[in-house]
Amino acid sequence: MPSRYIANTPAEQRDMLKTIGAASIEDLLVKIPPKARLSRPLALPPALAETDLVRHLRALAATNADADRFACFVGGGSYDHYVPSPINHLISRGEFFTAYTPYQPEASQGTLRTIYEYQTMIAELTGMDVANASIYDGASSLAEAALMAHAATDRREIVLARGVNPLYRRVTATYCDGAGVRLRDAAGPDGALDLDTARKLVTAKTAALVVQSPNFFGILEDVAAAAELAHAAGALLVVVSDPVNLGVLEGPGRLGADIVVGEGQGLGVPMSFGGPNLGVFAARSALVRRMPGRLVGATVDRDGARGFVLTLQTREQHIRRAKATSNICTNVALCALMATIYLATLGKQGLRRVGELSTAKAHYAAEQLTKVPGVSLRFAQPFFKEFVLRLPKPPATVVARLAKRRILPGVPLKTYDRMLADCLLVAVTEQRTREEIDAYAAALAEVLK
Amino acid sequence: MSGLNAYDRLVFELSSPGRVGFSLPESDVPAGPLTELVPEKYLRGAAAALPEVSEFDVVRHYSRLSRMNYGVDTHFYPLGSCTMKYNPKLNEDMARLAGFARLHPLVRDEDAQGALQLMYDLAAMLAEIAGMDAVSLQPAAGAQGEFAGVLMIRAYHQSRGEKRTKVLIPDSAHGTNPASTAIAGYEVVEVKSLPNGEVDVESLAREVGPDVAAFMITVPNTLGMFEPRIMEITDICHAKGVQVYMDGANLNAILGITRPGDLGFDVCHFNLHKTFTTPHGGGGPGAGPVGIKAHLEPFLPVPVIVKDGDTYARDWKRPKSIGKLQAFWGNFGMLVRAYTYIRTMGADGLRSVADNAVLNANYIMKRLEADYDVSVPGPCMHECVMSARRQKKHGITATDIAKRLLDLGFYAPSTYFPLIVEEALMIEPTETEAKETLDAFCDAMIQIARETEREPAVIHDAPVTTPVRRLDQTRAAREPDLKWSPKG
Repeated sequence: MPSRYIANTPAEQRDMLKTIGAASIEDLLVKIPPKARLSRPLALPPALAETDLVRHLRALAATNADADRFACFVGGGSYDHYVPSPINHLISRGEFFTAYTPYQPEASQGTLRTIYEYQTMIAELTGMDVANASIYDGASSLAEAALMAHAATDRREIVLARGVNPLYRRVTATYCDGAGVRLRDAAGPDGALDLDTARKLVTAKTAALVVQSPNFFGILEDVAAAAELAHAAGALLVVVSDPVNLGVLEGPGRLGADIVVGEGQGLGVPMSFGGPNLGVFAARSALVRRMPGRLVGATVDRDGARGFVLTLQTREQHIRRAKATSNICTNVALCALMATIYLATLGKQGLRRVGELSTAKAHYAAEQLTKVPGVSLRFAQPFFKEFVLRLPKPPATVVARLAKRRILPGVPLKTYDRMLADCLLVAVTEQRTREEIDAYAAALAEVLK
Repeated sequence: MSGLNAYDRLVFELSSPGRVGFSLPESDVPAGPLTELVPEKYLRGAAAALPEVSEFDVVRHYSRLSRMNYGVDTHFYPLGSCTMKYNPKLNEDMARLAGFARLHPLVRDEDAQGALQLMYDLAAMLAEIAGMDAVSLQPAAGAQGEFAGVLMIRAYHQSRGEKRTKVLIPDSAHGTNPASTAIAGYEVVEVKSLPNGEVDVESLAREVGPDVAAFMITVPNTLGMFEPRIMEITDICHAKGVQVYMDGANLNAILGITRPGDLGFDVCHFNLHKTFTTPHGGGGPGAGPVGIKAHLEPFLPVPVIVKDGDTYARDWKRPKSIGKLQAFWGNFGMLVRAYTYIRTMGADGLRSVADNAVLNANYIMKRLEADYDVSVPGPCMHECVMSARRQKKHGITATDIAKRLLDLGFYAPSTYFPLIVEEALMIEPTETEAKETLDAFCDAMIQIARETEREPAVIHDAPVTTPVRRLDQTRAAREPDLKWSPKG
């Protein structure tokens, strides 16, 4: 069967071989020694026609508890926020979708302009001077920030607040290991950063203090106090922040952050079982030449017309090689485009509205769920769109039983923090309805009976 | 600027106070005002200065911006080393099925059986394609795959109590190789290639020793040539306890012909956005799974997707694991696309991909060899590296040729890479292009060679048909303007 993805016909192949002066394609493979050759066909499942393959993949997809069929109260770094319709249509335009990194700027102005818009929007939301064109995800952005803080301060310790997403902490540990950078945990009894504990840990050896706000437990951290504490020790403050919340919440840059990173998935990117995501990375301008990843800058062309290019590339691996600020090459430009279109569509009023609705519904949900006998809020501090419930039965059991009712009630925290074995992390976005929240509370009451 | 592409607005410049592009419901829950729910000190002092535009403003703006790009769908994109092949539309439909696109990463294994099965089967298919024993799908891109691979090598040596501090990398390598190796904590030692781009095996044999952790090499190499003594090279490395890493950027050339595992490699990564048709998206996202031999399995990133009977699970109990590379399990949306592609092609289809990629590259090389210098005599594999050193004598550089190609309706080849070739033009047509496209491209290249001698001004002026002409890179770097401000 000829493949629909290969154009050459046998006649065309013969023509081309004749031009080349080879008798067969085999003649072109002479540099591969016979003993290196695979002597059998690859053992792969048989090729499927489009119709059969669609049936197969639909069947696989149908076994998953997706947020169209289940009421999703799961968060922890990926959220079921609304994705306005234009995003998928616009990113699917082949000119965006099938372009490479804009190394030939004259033929890539579309991509370059959208990245420049993206950098502008992220800088505005985070309150920072400059944002890059993206990192893989929130966790790898934090890892890059830790390495950048190490390089900028020449110090070898990173102090992390307890409320930093434990998965992000794990990724940061992987990245810091080779550089000999040590992670220290500012643990405390509360969900929020314990300033006294942090003050003891943040010293002249500390490259950066990392806080997340709202943190992994949904709690709002006192970023300004953390900044003061870090700066007093000559350390940088790195803030992990979900930009979708920043229509309502203050940009960490205006509270003293030196680097802001975060997961931008909420800005119009599908959850897609955790990837691709959107690593947001922004910093103060003094740090720009140490930043990882691509940056787009405005300039002029030969005729003086406005144009855009990749700039400050001497930071990057294709120029600086082993001495680059990061190894990142491929990023997640298309997810950054989704975020750009999302932020343009939602705009000044819409992003604020998303934040207001999410926090209002989260507070309503917390109220309803804690009316169920035996259920309480684990932490007393103010939260935003996520909160931790303490349950009278094992959370994993509750999750299993609610799944049968097409409710995904949250993330059991046992595997992340042994102290929280009886806890469930619940997220509520603007997508959840009062009906779904009430049904969740009623179902929870039943399974806890 | 005039005509089809004339457009010079940024979305901020379309903003009109009070205009909206969104639709959100009124709140259906009784809740007080924001300030009652969230203490004021956490709230924004001033509203974020985002654009205020209508939905149609958004659609027209980004549609117009898209037309200022060349993409594979619209233009031949012979960017060497990037494998800019056709990205099948079916893959897109499959990745967008709600059961995949709307699946939260932190649901229980029981609630994600289809997704986990797809990942398990994709990993097994990639392992078969590369002749490896196991594959981690977690790395988000090739560079992260390299990083993961080098970390596993490091963990392996450490587990054996060996202190090895250096990684050898040829001077023809992609920049990510030394960069990834350096952040993994190794000293990078650059190895000089022979003039034909091949490894200097005798010199390598002298360099590998007890302080060398790994040798990292791209096969076929970045000159588009298969490394003829590769099996000897992996043997030499192994004899000294050195692990061998294959950069899989050029895997498209050898699908079904030869396998990294059979060549003796311990680790190799895959670029799903190159060989396995996931779109490049203007720079990403990609996916960079990493394949390994059995002795490295204990060090795989967590979680590992496992199968027990008919059920699939994420296995976190891996005490020797190098840890995690991204928050979740991999760029799953890209994995769905790659899975769809491999199931579309099957074994024979993938072999035919390699054959036609090699045929197309050799056809271009042959058609251009009278007018451009060949960096290394052929036959080549999936790409050919030409040199514009002949044109440079007339004052025309590889950059000039690239810009002129834009005017003639083609995206440019990779230029100035690999670094070991003067005025390099690295051309990779891929198997998905038809002969008539290759002919049109070769005709354009030959036309430029003629223009070099007869009317170089037309090349120096290029491009003139693009939305902007050549841009002032120096100014961009000296006075960084990295975000828009109302002052302009």
